[in-house]
Amino acid sequence: MIPELGHFALILALCLALVQATFPLIGSLNRTPSWVALARPLAWGQFAFLALSFAALVQAFLGDDFSVLYVAQHGNTQLPLMYKISAVWGAHEGSLLLWALILAGWMVAVATFSRNLPREMVARVLSVMGMVSIGFLSFMLFTSNPFDRVFPAPLEGGELNPLLQDPGLAIHPPMLYMGYVGMSVAFSFAIAALIGGKMDAAWARWSRPWTLVAWVFLTIGITLGSWWAYYELGWGGWWFWDPVENASFMPWLAGTALVHSLAVTEKRGAFKRWTVLLALLAFSLSLLGTFLVRSGVLTSVHAFATDPARGLFILMFLCLVIGGSLSLYAWRAPSISRGGGFELVSRESLLLGNNLLLVLITALVLLGTLAPLLYDALGWGKISVGFPWFNTMFVLFSPLMILLMGAGPLTRWKHHNPSDLLRAVRLSFVVSIAAGVVAALPLLTGSISAGIAVALSVWLLSTLLTGLRQRLQRRSGVRGLLADWKGQGGRAYYGMWLAHLGIATFIIGVTFVTQFDIEKDVRMAPGDEIQLNQYLFRFDGAAQHMGPNYRAQRGTVKVFRDEREVAVLHPEKRVYQVQTKPMTEAGIDAGFLRDIYVSLGEPLGGGAWSVRLYYKPFVRWIWLGGALIALGGLLAASDPRYRMRLRARVGAQAAGKGFGAESTA
Amino acid sequence: MPPFVRYLTPLVLFLALAALLYKGLALNPREVPSPLIGKPAPEFTLPELKDASRQLSHTDFQGKVSLLNVWATWCVSCRAEHPLLMQLARQGVTIYGLDYKDSREDAQRWLQRFGDPYVANAFDADGRVGIDWGVYGTPETFVIDQQGIIRHKHIGPLTEEAIQREILPLIQQLKGEKG
Amino acid sequence: MKARQKRFVFILLALGAVAVASVLVVQALRSNITYFYSPSQVVAGEAPADQPFRIGGMVVRDSLQRDPNSVRVRFLVTDNAQQFEVVYDGILPDLFSEGQGAVARGRLENGVFVAEEVLAKHDESYMPPEVADAMKPGEYQAP
Repeated sequence: MIPELGHFALILALCLALVQATFPLIGSLNRTPSWVALARPLAWGQFAFLALSFAALVQAFLGDDFSVLYVAQHGNTQLPLMYKISAVWGAHEGSLLLWALILAGWMVAVATFSRNLPREMVARVLSVMGMVSIGFLSFMLFTSNPFDRVFPAPLEGGELNPLLQDPGLAIHPPMLYMGYVGMSVAFSFAIAALIGGKMDAAWARWSRPWTLVAWVFLTIGITLGSWWAYYELGWGGWWFWDPVENASFMPWLAGTALVHSLAVTEKRGAFKRWTVLLALLAFSLSLLGTFLVRSGVLTSVHAFATDPARGLFILMFLCLVIGGSLSLYAWRAPSISRGGGFELVSRESLLLGNNLLLVLITALVLLGTLAPLLYDALGWGKISVGFPWFNTMFVLFSPLMILLMGAGPLTRWKHHNPSDLLRAVRLSFVVSIAAGVVAALPLLTGSISAGIAVALSVWLLSTLLTGLRQRLQRRSGVRGLLADWKGQGGRAYYGMWLAHLGIATFIIGVTFVTQFDIEKDVRMAPGDEIQLNQYLFRFDGAAQHMGPNYRAQRGTVKVFRDEREVAVLHPEKRVYQVQTKPMTEAGIDAGFLRDIYVSLGEPLGGGAWSVRLYYKPFVRWIWLGGALIALGGLLAASDPRYRMRLRARVGAQAAGKGFGAESTA
Repeated sequence: MPPFVRYLTPLVLFLALAALLYKGLALNPREVPSPLIGKPAPEFTLPELKDASRQLSHTDFQGKVSLLNVWATWCVSCRAEHPLLMQLARQGVTIYGLDYKDSREDAQRWLQRFGDPYVANAFDADGRVGIDWGVYGTPETFVIDQQGIIRHKHIGPLTEEAIQREILPLIQQLKGEKG
Repeated sequence: MKARQKRFVFILLALGAVAVASVLVVQALRSNITYFYSPSQVVAGEAPADQPFRIGGMVVRDSLQRDPNSVRVRFLVTDNAQQFEVVYDGILPDLFSEGQGAVARGRLENGVFVAEEVLAKHDESYMPPEVADAMKPGEYQAP
């Protein structure tokens, strides 16, 4: 009964989406206020039904209702509670439902937090989001219904893939989807602007916090995914340039470019067309990612196994949405007015450079991801593009970006005297070079890569400190600081500060772990000892261990440094009840400056095992960097300047129709 | 109209991408062509699963259109496609099984528990016959015509779509062919 | 005029950068893609003798051999027509097993494929949606 209700709720949501996609939009063009007013309640209605539907599916899992096919495939009576819930989005159909629910959630957020936006604009934004919702809901109802029944109902479910039975991975899709779907808000704002034909700085100010928050979620999702891969897959890897990973990285890159571009449009009214295009691009990449992951076009160990027929549906949806939005862009963009001009040495110019580089890197990632498909389609052979290419590309183009990233915040808008700028960054430049050289010395690391990484990070850090000092000079004492925090523009600055610091941290982490990590696959019998760097590993054999829904061989590895015991690790090889493939649980001794990582391979007879030993310096800095970036973004999004004062807005609305007065703020 | 053209560029690029993706869907990287299609079924003689004194051989395919389903109890996907096989059997499709590198007791118990859609099951203990048939992984299903020639190979678990779109129509077609 | 000149410089710089970047990118791509060859192709000598490439197929059952004193393993991959031997010094992935597909990346050395990395084929164990389709009730009515 409940699954049928869930199914019915989906249908109702689709009906509402159909209305939401049309009436408010038409009403905004016809000036029919009653239709425009439908947007908000419709959004709430969709959310309500989707929440009901989602709840029905959750209940089916919690109640072990194996008459529902999706539950029969991925649920299991022995599954711990947390994973019964996360199994809801653990595979294709359920994850689509989560997507749709989160989209409805963003719709409601837009409906709620846009009191001070012109009603027509909100109506258009919600209509466009409604169109996206139609796509996902129809996809579900016609090809991937999570509520399909199976008869007769099996007595036991197929169980959630053990790889997914982990807290990190349970939360990873919701975070990512919040990000992917959140980009649809910026997208919808862009479409609304294109439809309306007028675009001003206010549009950028409205779009920015939404984009920032979506971008923060993407950052968290990607960081979580990387961290999870590291400790769960047992191989010590944290990024594989796998198509599914790239599918999440590309919207992030485009989102980063968008966030920065919005800054320019907001401040100076420049880059309007470019910003709109980026907004369209970011969400398009999200959709493209959805396609790549679910269509079976690219082989990936992460992809949802699904078939080409579904892929065709998504592709058609992609063509409609992306093709439609780009056509609209081609038609309307020329009539968007130009913004303020700027000199060669100005913040606009540096941000433009940053944008171009980001888009370039996005294009390269896309190229690398699709190259196998391209080669195959053209009959040039079956290839794979690996690590080395992606890494090379990144290493080639990011130093320039870092350079710009450091100088940018210190550069004035519109025009900055070049010699003044040079004077401001001179010290940072010298310090960075010095730090880099020192780091590269054989005494310390003996690695040029490490030297470059240190130089770049110190460059970022010292330019950040320079900027901070400049800022604090103008605001004296604690009171000044507090006022800065509370006032407009303060948190945006500190958010940027944190995020850029996060990048610097990330660079150190990535470079050092890539350059200096040590990996050894060895055969170890109980009592064997192996030396790795300054650590001694002793294997004390493995013993049986029972978990809630698995059996495991649990190894004990003692790690010593200079005769002192540093850690006792317990890597495991688990076999889950239903899925018979073994799973590796690594034993990790985490540290701020290094990780020690051990995983079991296979039993080699006589109590001996093949064991993988790792020394991973600075690996945690990677995710620390990600966390700082996310934190920075959140901080920036909380800046009060994004909350327009109601009085001012209302005044502007009364004065003229359309999107509000032209503002030069 | 130069300015207009500039703004069309993103759209054009996207359409090219869409074309590539469309082509990609058609390519289907999971397809592995089988060199056996159109050739006679590889010769074999194996003991039957349920009664080791009886035998199943390639000559049994003569005179009827049948399926050969390669399966094993250690194969989870086989379990998944099993209900479909049961349905096919109920519809009157002749299904032979090749129990691949399995244990006799396990296999018999499996069939007892989940149902037996097979007319007969060949027990390929060491998998050599499977290799002759080019078995890439389990499960796989072959469609064999009345002359004992392999006409189709389905890799992976059967899906309803594959059955409706490929297997059943092919069986109908083959039944209509004269011997 | 000044604005025009500036834009011109901009565009020139941009184009130049694009050209340089393209060259670098394509070069790097060419030298970093690995081609895939089936065992038959490798036996026929189609695979490069001095460059890394990937070989894949089904792991022949009972062909997996372990070296008693190290983590070295040997196994055969087949595409039904030909077999080829793969040697690997390392821990095999969890999804690797005989009778299932595998792909190895490495190079040829003395007639044997020495693998740097072994990937197990993404297997269907966790019931993909196609199978879900198969289990739909009532769609099959006996004619």
